[in-house]
Amino acid sequence: MKETPLSNCERRFLLRAIEEKKRLDGRQTYDYRNIKISFGTDYGCCIVELGKTRVLGQVSCELVSPKLNRATEGILFFNLELSQMAAPAFEPGRQSDLLVKLNRLLERCLRNSKCIDTESLCVVAGEKVWQIRVDLHLLNHDGNIIDAASIAAIVALCHFRRPDVSVQGDEVTLYTPEERDPVPLSIHHMPICVSFAFFQQGTYLLVDPNEREERVMDGLLVIAMNKHREICTIQSSGGIMLLKDQVLRCSKIAGVKVLEITELIQKALENDRKVRKEGGKYGFAESIASQRITAFKMEKAPIDTSDVEEKAEEIIAEAEPPLEVVSNPVLWTPGTAQIGEGVENSWGDLEDSEKEEEDEDGTDEAIILDSIKMDIGVEVSNIGSQDAPIVLSDSEEEEMIILEPDKNPKKIRTQTTSAKQEAPSKKPVRKRKKKRAAN
Amino acid sequence: MAEAGGITTESVAGDRARAARTMLDQVVLPGEELLLPEQEDAEGPGGAGERPLRLNAGTRSRGRVVCGPGLRRSGDRLLVTKCGRLRHKEPGGGSSGGGVYWVDSQQKRYVPVKGDHVIGIVTAKSGDIFKVDVGGSEPASLSYLAFEGATKRNRPNVQVGDLIYGQFVVANKDMEPEMVCIDSCGRASGMGVIGQDGLLFKVTLGLIRKLLAPDCEILQEVGKLYPLEIVFGMNGRIWVKAKTIQQTLILANILEACEHMTADQRKQIFSRLAE
Repeated sequence: MKETPLSNCERRFLLRAIEEKKRLDGRQTYDYRNIKISFGTDYGCCIVELGKTRVLGQVSCELVSPKLNRATEGILFFNLELSQMAAPAFEPGRQSDLLVKLNRLLERCLRNSKCIDTESLCVVAGEKVWQIRVDLHLLNHDGNIIDAASIAAIVALCHFRRPDVSVQGDEVTLYTPEERDPVPLSIHHMPICVSFAFFQQGTYLLVDPNEREERVMDGLLVIAMNKHREICTIQSSGGIMLLKDQVLRCSKIAGVKVLEITELIQKALENDRKVRKEGGKYGFAESIASQRITAFKMEKAPIDTSDVEEKAEEIIAEAEPPLEVVSNPVLWTPGTAQIGEGVENSWGDLEDSEKEEEDEDGTDEAIILDSIKMDIGVEVSNIGSQDAPIVLSDSEEEEMIILEPDKNPKKIRTQTTSAKQEAPSKKPVRKRKKKRAAN
Repeated sequence: MAEAGGITTESVAGDRARAARTMLDQVVLPGEELLLPEQEDAEGPGGAGERPLRLNAGTRSRGRVVCGPGLRRSGDRLLVTKCGRLRHKEPGGGSSGGGVYWVDSQQKRYVPVKGDHVIGIVTAKSGDIFKVDVGGSEPASLSYLAFEGATKRNRPNVQVGDLIYGQFVVANKDMEPEMVCIDSCGRASGMGVIGQDGLLFKVTLGLIRKLLAPDCEILQEVGKLYPLEIVFGMNGRIWVKAKTIQQTLILANILEACEHMTADQRKQIFSRLAE
């Protein structure tokens, strides 16, 4: 599919916003989006999320004969793929320019910086060496692929364990993971790419551009650095003229950012190591929070509202005073309670109330909402149908969307602190049936 | 009436077709079959081929039932084609017909539907028509004469990259969609080129329908915050403009977040903004 074109209106708005130092998601000029690193059950498998941009990295190894001119060094192979699910514009044949550019940058960053000790990958000189292959897949494109990909690559490499090998004279023994614990790769340093986007011929710069900002940028500067403040790779694309002090300033910013990211990576690796050692559960399934809406989570962006003038008294005067409510908590199972009934959703507010009772019995899974609202005149007539045992599904990938439940502004709403459970069904929209209080 | 036939023609999964009336507001999955009330009576408890005698057969009020989005007629039943919640609306004003059944589903990809008002981006000008990207599989075509007051000499001022608010006159799976910026009387009624400033962003289709519902409170609350202009396209695009960039960004973020917030959280946010 063709990419959605950028309208003049959006372009103008983005540029004006950047001139006023405002970004779409409320970040500051030098702020990164939230980075989240999670590991799979295999060694060497990780997913890195930079905001909504997601990259999956997987490292694998194989014994091969070495290159002729490098008989004592192992072989490193990097491959980044833009999956078709990342963006509608990515089609099997169409992504060559971007793909080549990203792959090349990644190779320079990781191979030429000698972050991995290739001599240690040699088993028998001239005959057998380890070939380490790093496969990166872009799962979702929301800007700044290169940063996410470089973090994923280095995290996967640090996480990976290769089978142990011992050489006695002419005899080479390759141990399986059951015989001997696999050993980590020997990594000297961790180069991480930091991207800077330039606008208006280099006047304004942003760190970690997201997809829209990338569309309107004039040029991109990528600096790959490690925590010892050594620059591994630097690349400027887009043909903008940068001044010397701009580049120096960017390298200083990159130094700071790389330190933070390296700390985060170390922490994530340490956590995973601890969990595996203690025999706890690890893997992607564990890293997904089960008590929250998991898809499209919006992080809180601080919004500066100091320049918004409001007439608060007017709003207060128009609002009606809250009414008294009575709550009867009902205990379903240990750990799950219910106070009050929910309110009918007012979106498509069209069905008869009698039908609701029959429909309640039809559901075979009990569903409990995140926020339970208090209501006047709690109707307990169909509590009986809820006695079915509460089943938590194993799928943590569902998204529970609360349809607009607020029909009557007079009723107050509070959130109970009793145990709440995620909707167990696999259906995309699920909401507990609510009784209409005032009939 | 083939009641026995109705039971033997079950779907492959072995589901019995259920009465649509009992499935209201429940989640239905593609492939399920629903019985309309009149068939339900016929396939009732007897099931042995007997139709209950009715003395007042003429007062069966379920005449013509309209099959809305997410449902398809298969023989004399309704076949569900999208997953979501089944809804029903009684016909208003005592008119004949059994009302409308449809499935409320959630999706982000838009499929052009005739009569929908959408926001499009002009991608090309070729001869007498503009090509407008509406988020579907093909760009829609918009004739330059389809604007209010446009004649062959008096062409509308539309550039590539402009935003257009219009409605579809032709939108089916066999032809390229066509849109116009006038209604059937030749008046613009709000359609046409959208102004220069402001921000365009994309949300899910379900959120748009929710915001455009007649009794939606989100819009009223937003309107109380500060003066704004807003255009909703049924293809998931929203254009918003306020006095300053900051206010516009706040609005865009609120509308995007409204999808996943409860009314409670929303009120908190609005009260914080009101200060």
